[in-house]
Amino acid sequence: MQTTTVSPQDAPPDAGPPAGARPGRRSRRATRRAVSGWAYALPTAAVVALLFLTPLVLVVWMSLHHWPLLGNPTFNAPQNYSELAQNNLLMSAVWFTLRYTVIMTVVLFAVSLGLALLVQNPRPGVGLLRTAYFLPAAVGFATASLLFLGFLSSAVGPVNPILQHLGLISAPVDWISGSPGGALGSIVTLVTWRFAGFNMIILLTGLQAIPVELYEAARVDGANRLQCLRRITLPLLRPTIALVLIMMITGSLLAFDQFYILTKGGPDDSTTSVVMVIVREAFVRFDLGSAAALSVLALVVLLILNVLQLSILRRRNDS
Amino acid sequence: MSTRRTDRRPRTYRSRRAAGKLGYYTTATALAILFLFPLLWSGWASVRTSNGFGLANYRNMVHYGDGIGTYLMNSVEVTALTVAGTLTVSLLGGYAFGRFRFPGKNALFLATLAILMVPYPTILIPLYVLLGWLGLQNSLLGLAAVLVMFQLPFATFLMRNAFEAVPQEFEDSAAVDGCGTFATLSRVMIHAVRPAVVTVGLFAFLAAWNEFFAALILLNSSDKFTLPLAVVAMEGRTFGSIDYPTLQAGVVFMAIPCLMLFLVLQRSYVRGFMAGALRS
Repeated sequence: MQTTTVSPQDAPPDAGPPAGARPGRRSRRATRRAVSGWAYALPTAAVVALLFLTPLVLVVWMSLHHWPLLGNPTFNAPQNYSELAQNNLLMSAVWFTLRYTVIMTVVLFAVSLGLALLVQNPRPGVGLLRTAYFLPAAVGFATASLLFLGFLSSAVGPVNPILQHLGLISAPVDWISGSPGGALGSIVTLVTWRFAGFNMIILLTGLQAIPVELYEAARVDGANRLQCLRRITLPLLRPTIALVLIMMITGSLLAFDQFYILTKGGPDDSTTSVVMVIVREAFVRFDLGSAAALSVLALVVLLILNVLQLSILRRRNDS
Repeated sequence: MSTRRTDRRPRTYRSRRAAGKLGYYTTATALAILFLFPLLWSGWASVRTSNGFGLANYRNMVHYGDGIGTYLMNSVEVTALTVAGTLTVSLLGGYAFGRFRFPGKNALFLATLAILMVPYPTILIPLYVLLGWLGLQNSLLGLAAVLVMFQLPFATFLMRNAFEAVPQEFEDSAAVDGCGTFATLSRVMIHAVRPAVVTVGLFAFLAAWNEFFAALILLNSSDKFTLPLAVVAMEGRTFGSIDYPTLQAGVVFMAIPCLMLFLVLQRSYVRGFMAGALRS
């Protein structure tokens, strides 16, 4: 279902001139079209070359230099890289980011799939339910993080009073900065709230591509709901599942906003992510070279991961 | 469910179905309330003051720092530049990729899509240096240029597909009417790709309006701050005692344009996510 719309369904749009035109005219016209094509693609080429390819080369170049925020860079390779190995905060950030990625992906995926299955079938009111689950995704992520700063706070947030009223806690809890576990839980709650509806929509499009006849046939054969889910839905949904998992994993590995805004990496650096360390190297320790070296490593790791995931995705798509 | 019509105990079956329906709607509605609750709470908290309800928190927010007007104008400027830039570049690029054949076309298209493969936090440090060389450090134009670049793979992909789907007859009849390629684009094609234009514009708007990380790195004086940066700075103003009500007023202020756009352009939203999902 993912590949059909990508490939052009119509006749090739840049088909040549009508048959019968003389070859000379044909090639002259083709040349003119090629020049026009390049002219229209020029802004894209300029942006890609200047703002994407140049920084890609520059980040490698910077990583080989002592590059202070102010002052002249000097060549010092491979010191930036070797120093990263001794960076204790980085080591704990890598460990935390990996743990966070596993927890976040599992929770977010379970909730997103649950919501998608819940609103899969058309029934009265299902449109309203979808909208309700999706609405948090319409709010900016930084805005959502700020919202949760108040929502989960022990000062004005409604969470503590409600839990106390229900008798689940006896005294107000400082969820965000009270303990490492509470901080992580706050972040996981925030991200799930903000992104579950978004992933639900993508899973829904995958669910809707599954032919209804399959379910009908299964029901005739006496299959119950759980069997339908295991034997039909999950196998056929695999490409979409792989896709949302890729987006969740990459997103979690690069997480920054939620930590910077909600927990500030605390308490005691327990929620400091890898990207937070990059920013700290650059703008707190004023060492752009070291930040660049860390960026290069993150880039390489994520590229490998992306290629791996894409090849898995493609294989599943083909089979 | 039609296959169950042979059920011998239609009554029990019907009541079981009713119970299932009740269970479904109870669960689904409880979840909906859970998802809507933080949004509703934020709106409520933003109008709650020490003596009841009122707009005092909004008044505090308006007078925060350099005045919310400055930050609002910065956000509007970055957003307008990003939307205009993304639309211009992707419209022309999509036309080129969708309807022309030229050497290097596939390589350039792949290079554009490759932006997605490179996690953007890893190239913000060199972009910071690069914008400094270009004299665009701490400038809204520089931030907008970077945001255009981040939007480009999605926008170009969507535009190219839209242009490819336009029947050849449109182009042919425009050529018969004496239109050059640009007149064909501006008079004929642009109407055919309007849904893609709306989707690209919507996503560029949301990205620019809500961007936090790139703005944090690339803008460093508070008079250049966009709304998210200003509201986050509001948080840290007096350490240890965050002015939560004012903060929630800021949250509502930033969220309202996004929520309104969502309600008006729901269809474009879904189209955008589908395209986003298709890109891999």
